[in-house]
Amino acid sequence: MMDLSTLIQLLDSTLRLATPLLFACLAGLFSERAGIFDIGLEGKMLAAAFFAAAAAAMTGSVWLGLVAGIASSVALSLLHGAASITFRGNQLISGVAINFLAAGLTVVIGEAWFELGGRTPALEGAARFQEITLPLAGTLSGIPVLGPLYAEVLSGHSILVYVGLLAVPATWFVLFRTRFGLRLRAVGENPGAVDTAGISVVRLRYSAVIICGLLCGLAGAHLATGLSAGFVKDMSAGRGFIALAALIFAKWRPWYALGACLLFGLLDALGNRFQSLDLFGATVPTQFMQALPYILTVVILAGFVGKATPPRAGGTPYVKER
Amino acid sequence: MTRIASFLGATALATFAAGAALAEPGLIIDLGGKFDKSFNESAFTGAQRWMEDTGGSYRESELASEAQREQSMRRMAESGANPVVVLGFANASTLEKVAPDYPDTNFTIVDMVVDAPNVQSVVFKEHEGSYLVGVLAAMASETGTVSFVGGMDVPLISKFACGYAQGVKAVKPDANVIVNMTGTTPTAWNDPVRGAELTRSQISQGSDVVYAAAGGTGIGVLQAAADEGILSIGVDSNQNHLHPGQVLTSMVKRVDNAVYEAFEAGMNGTFEPGIKVMGLDNNGVGWAQDEYNADLITESMKATVEETKERIIAGDIVVHDYTTDSSCPAY
Repeated sequence: MMDLSTLIQLLDSTLRLATPLLFACLAGLFSERAGIFDIGLEGKMLAAAFFAAAAAAMTGSVWLGLVAGIASSVALSLLHGAASITFRGNQLISGVAINFLAAGLTVVIGEAWFELGGRTPALEGAARFQEITLPLAGTLSGIPVLGPLYAEVLSGHSILVYVGLLAVPATWFVLFRTRFGLRLRAVGENPGAVDTAGISVVRLRYSAVIICGLLCGLAGAHLATGLSAGFVKDMSAGRGFIALAALIFAKWRPWYALGACLLFGLLDALGNRFQSLDLFGATVPTQFMQALPYILTVVILAGFVGKATPPRAGGTPYVKER
Repeated sequence: MTRIASFLGATALATFAAGAALAEPGLIIDLGGKFDKSFNESAFTGAQRWMEDTGGSYRESELASEAQREQSMRRMAESGANPVVVLGFANASTLEKVAPDYPDTNFTIVDMVVDAPNVQSVVFKEHEGSYLVGVLAAMASETGTVSFVGGMDVPLISKFACGYAQGVKAVKPDANVIVNMTGTTPTAWNDPVRGAELTRSQISQGSDVVYAAAGGTGIGVLQAAADEGILSIGVDSNQNHLHPGQVLTSMVKRVDNAVYEAFEAGMNGTFEPGIKVMGLDNNGVGWAQDEYNADLITESMKATVEETKERIIAGDIVVHDYTTDSSCPAY
């Protein structure tokens, strides 16, 4: 039942489904490593999806859509930053507020602009990210096993999928091989020490939330203009929360994050492909397959998969001593 | 206190009496808005058509949030609108509470049954319409495998799926019908990404016609089908125009007719409380044909589907309704 073509279809689907999770997960990674907890990933993704689709529908250019999506997501990030860095508010509450704000605003604005019940018009042609074929995909597809893997799993996705995959080593490099990254991580562990060294905690944390907004913007744009062709209300469908779970699963590390997101993507793809699975004579019901990613999340959060220690200063606003 | 109460009561009565003299029908557009390209828009179209045909006018209000249901239903009744038409199963519990307070006002609820002496409940035979599009799907399919994407896993959606599967099997008994549900929570109505992914998965299993009964998720299904070059079938409203030449047909649910008829009955004084079933015989459900899918429907397909329709109306073919016993003979 599990032949090569099924496997390839599964992996292909995995890669598509994992990409929005991966962007959101890396977004959360930057923010939380700098000590700003962010449960507003979902809302930022949703807002970005809406503005990306709206701008793409109005201008006909997917790139302008991408810019608009990122801009809206960064704006919400700055709101979160203002609440939790400048005004030292509760980061969880600010994040929840952003989720509600995005869920409501996208529908209200969408209805006012397009009168389609909160949807945007369907995007066509240059207003969507097209699938790109990697070089030599045709030539190499003849090679057994590896050929189809390259030609059909890796090739033929929208450009944002590749950007997502490249964002992982980029994140690793920025966080672990640059001075900025060292300081960013330090500000999440012991902001007092960073401050003593004469480096602005506030500026570092703002940089982190802006990067977070940018990555969430990519996630949202990928949902609305890459994976589908337009915005539908609440289309992020809980992916921001799954990304948070993946972040904890990955213990706030970029490469682990890739693994966690691919795992969640695979579970999702499996749930879609085998809605009822015959396993050792017993039938696993559809509902179980669909619940699997969430069950795994609970298992992870309950601490069965090793101990996940968040950045030490996470969640607490930094107050300079007077 | 008592004086204020009686004063308020008197005002309410006065408003009620003044309104009753006007006696216009009222329509409460549900969440989603009147331009949702689906359920609500269909109702709005019906009301507009009634206005054009009769030269009458009607009152309209639009819900902005779940919390406004009772308030707007009462306000509509107090303004003297009669009958008051409300849309969607979500109104049932509110209407049960509101209807007894306005015994002189007639209410019509679409898609749900409310048992009250002044309420008419309009329900649709979605399984019959789905059977017809199933027949078309089977005739259009070259691979012998067709598929279905449902929204939330609820009995109503299985009713669509089951009717569809029966229609397919009637034409090709050995055809394979893949039935997938998007999820078990309300987010399943708004997840076009998963809808598209399910469709791609079905295509890899050989499906070349996919029927979507999944609200916003269906947009993703139709899109993925168009991208991958297979045929799709829309639902509720006529969705043929979404991807011209790539949507085989749509299973239309004539909410507009339900609204039109409720308005007309209210005006003519022929309003009948109780359950009103909209099926193939009274154009409550059907399949859509227009310029966008004209090239996809061959003469023989059209002849077969029309004949099937006549036989269902005549009772020669009985389409099994999934909701009666929660099981389906076709899968």
